[in-house]
Amino acid sequence: MPAPLIAVKNLEKIYKMGEVEVHALCGISFDIYKKDFLAIMGASGSGKSTFMNIIGCLDHPSRGDFFLDGVNVSTMNKNELAELRNKKIGFIFQSFNILPRTSAVENVELPLLYNSSVGNKERRERAYNALKRVGLADRANSLPNQLSGGQQQRVAIARALINEPVVMLADEPTGNLDSKTSYEIMEIFQQLNEKGSTIVIVTHEPDIAQFALGNIIFKDGKIISNHPVVNRKTASSELIKLNVPVKEQAAA
Amino acid sequence: MRILNLIKVASRSLGKNKMRTFLTMLGIIIGVASVIAMLAIGEGSKKNIQDSISSLGTNTIMIIPGAITHGGVHLEAGTSQTLKREDAEAIRMRCENVIYVSPVVQKGAQIIAGSQNWRSGVLGVFNDYFFIRNLSVETGNGFSESDDRAAAKVCVIGQTIVTNLFGENKNPVGQMIRVERIPYRIIGILEKKGQNSFGQDQDDVILAPFATVQKRMLSTTNVNMIIASAKSEELIEDAKNEVIQLIRERHKLTPEEEDDFTVRTQSDISNIFGSVSKVLTILLASIAGISLLVGGIGIMNIMLVSVTERTREIGIRLAVGAKGRDVLIQFMIESIFISFLGGFIGVGLGSLISGLVARFGGWPISVTPFSVLLAFVFSAVVGIFFGWYPARKAARLNPIEALRYE
Ligand SMILES: Nc1ncnc2c1ncn2[C@@H]1O[C@H](COP(=O)(O)OP(=O)(O)O)[C@@H](O)[C@H]1O
Ligand SMILES: [Mg+2]
Repeated sequence: MPAPLIAVKNLEKIYKMGEVEVHALCGISFDIYKKDFLAIMGASGSGKSTFMNIIGCLDHPSRGDFFLDGVNVSTMNKNELAELRNKKIGFIFQSFNILPRTSAVENVELPLLYNSSVGNKERRERAYNALKRVGLADRANSLPNQLSGGQQQRVAIARALINEPVVMLADEPTGNLDSKTSYEIMEIFQQLNEKGSTIVIVTHEPDIAQFALGNIIFKDGKIISNHPVVNRKTASSELIKLNVPVKEQAAA
Repeated sequence: MRILNLIKVASRSLGKNKMRTFLTMLGIIIGVASVIAMLAIGEGSKKNIQDSISSLGTNTIMIIPGAITHGGVHLEAGTSQTLKREDAEAIRMRCENVIYVSPVVQKGAQIIAGSQNWRSGVLGVFNDYFFIRNLSVETGNGFSESDDRAAAKVCVIGQTIVTNLFGENKNPVGQMIRVERIPYRIIGILEKKGQNSFGQDQDDVILAPFATVQKRMLSTTNVNMIIASAKSEELIEDAKNEVIQLIRERHKLTPEEEDDFTVRTQSDISNIFGSVSKVLTILLASIAGISLLVGGIGIMNIMLVSVTERTREIGIRLAVGAKGRDVLIQFMIESIFISFLGGFIGVGLGSLISGLVARFGGWPISVTPFSVLLAFVFSAVVGIFFGWYPARKAARLNPIEALRYE
């Protein structure tokens, strides 16, 4: 067995709200390997987002260790975490979180603006490339308000891709999208995973979880189940089954 | 490299929010424009006053009867009338550094010519007075020492007198005017001088030989003042000391006694007015400074509001790997850019206002490079100072909380 890409050991997160302490994570341990494609499920409030934020280097755990690419992240300071987010993580949010009044390509290149080793020309090239990979090459200069929800989420995926992260993390990426658009997004994730990306998503919808390779179920801050997906579905064939003309496919 | 990227980030952010950028800038524009305009007006009036003092003649020394009142300056003749014609003659004889000297007596009077009359005054002076005050006779002649000896009833008049008694552009040389029943023959007309910056009409004068005015119109041998010229500007202090020495001697003052007269040079006077206009400039500058401060607080307000409004944007930047420092620098660049561009526009606007004031208000103005520099430095400082707090606030945001902000 190769070394895990992400190793999490007895991870705990306690939120303090005045006198009250909320145990959002109560000792989570598990490993994520290269080329994994995991879907985390669980009831609302079970700690999924808290977990994603910690492995996305956006937050500190209260206790326990977290190794990313063999490096212990739990002891790092704010700036070191920012560096990791910039170089090794691609994060995708439910609410897209792309900059308003800013074109698709400028949104996509954003992480590289904070990476001084990438020059202007290379940055633009990589941004166009990333847009091409999510099928939005022709919308590079569109503003967010000219794009559909699915297209905005694809811009966000392209932005997560641009730094060639070791892992892509998506917290309910299809939560704001209709099912057809959700499938289109999952199709992109599947394609990326086939080309070698490691992906972790959070989802409420069992049919979305079926596109992943493994499912993890959270309950009250603990993992209650971790199992591979049987009868895995491919999003492209599900899209055909939906029997609607497959728009926005041509470019991809 | 990184800083270039941050400049790009900041300029994109400003460019995408033009209205916000403009509103933030407005405070600085108004502040800087008022600094420029007020300093220009202050400087201009100072220059104007200086010019009119210089027009008195840069070598001029004035000797006024009476001591300086305690602690203050008095420009009016004192109560103790101690100066005589002989003092002036002694100065002419014995002060080597003095080239011209003239006693001055003055008599306010109703001036009559035919059926016209005009309230003015007659000055009794030596013909040196013309040289001391740089007066030139445009038509006709000035008077001479023999006119003085004879107490001749002749006079030289200014343009205002001509206009009011004879009508505009008339040449009354040779005609008579009556000053308190004494008929004077007009022998010359002075070149037009206009108003000085104290608002006095310099053409409303009648000059007559000293002896004529003193003997025929006044019942005293005291003079209102003695006016003199030093040989050169460099010799003015020497001349002043000579004059003081001589008059003390003539008035038989013991070393313990204070001067019973006051000697003022042109530079003394310009110092007095210099300090007055300095006060004026400081006053104007502080008003302008306050408006700049208000502009700065305006920047801070809008930046603070925009930190709140842009919380999500900041969260996004932090999430993709911006460090707190990057956000800080971005916000600082934005506020410095705003204050610099605002300063630039403000300098333009301020110069325009100054120009308009000069043109329509008849105010003398001058925009100095110093005031431009001052306004720029000040606006930059304001931008940095007031940009710092909101920028730091933005930099300290937690990415998760920032992203959750609605
Ligand atoms: N910033 C926070 N402060 C206090 N409590 C929080 C905070 N974030 C999450 N929680 C709590 O932690 C628990 C887990 O939340 P979360 O990880 O968002 O769950 P999920 O994403 O699975 O719905 C919930 O009880 C939630 O109320
Ligand atoms: Mg959640």
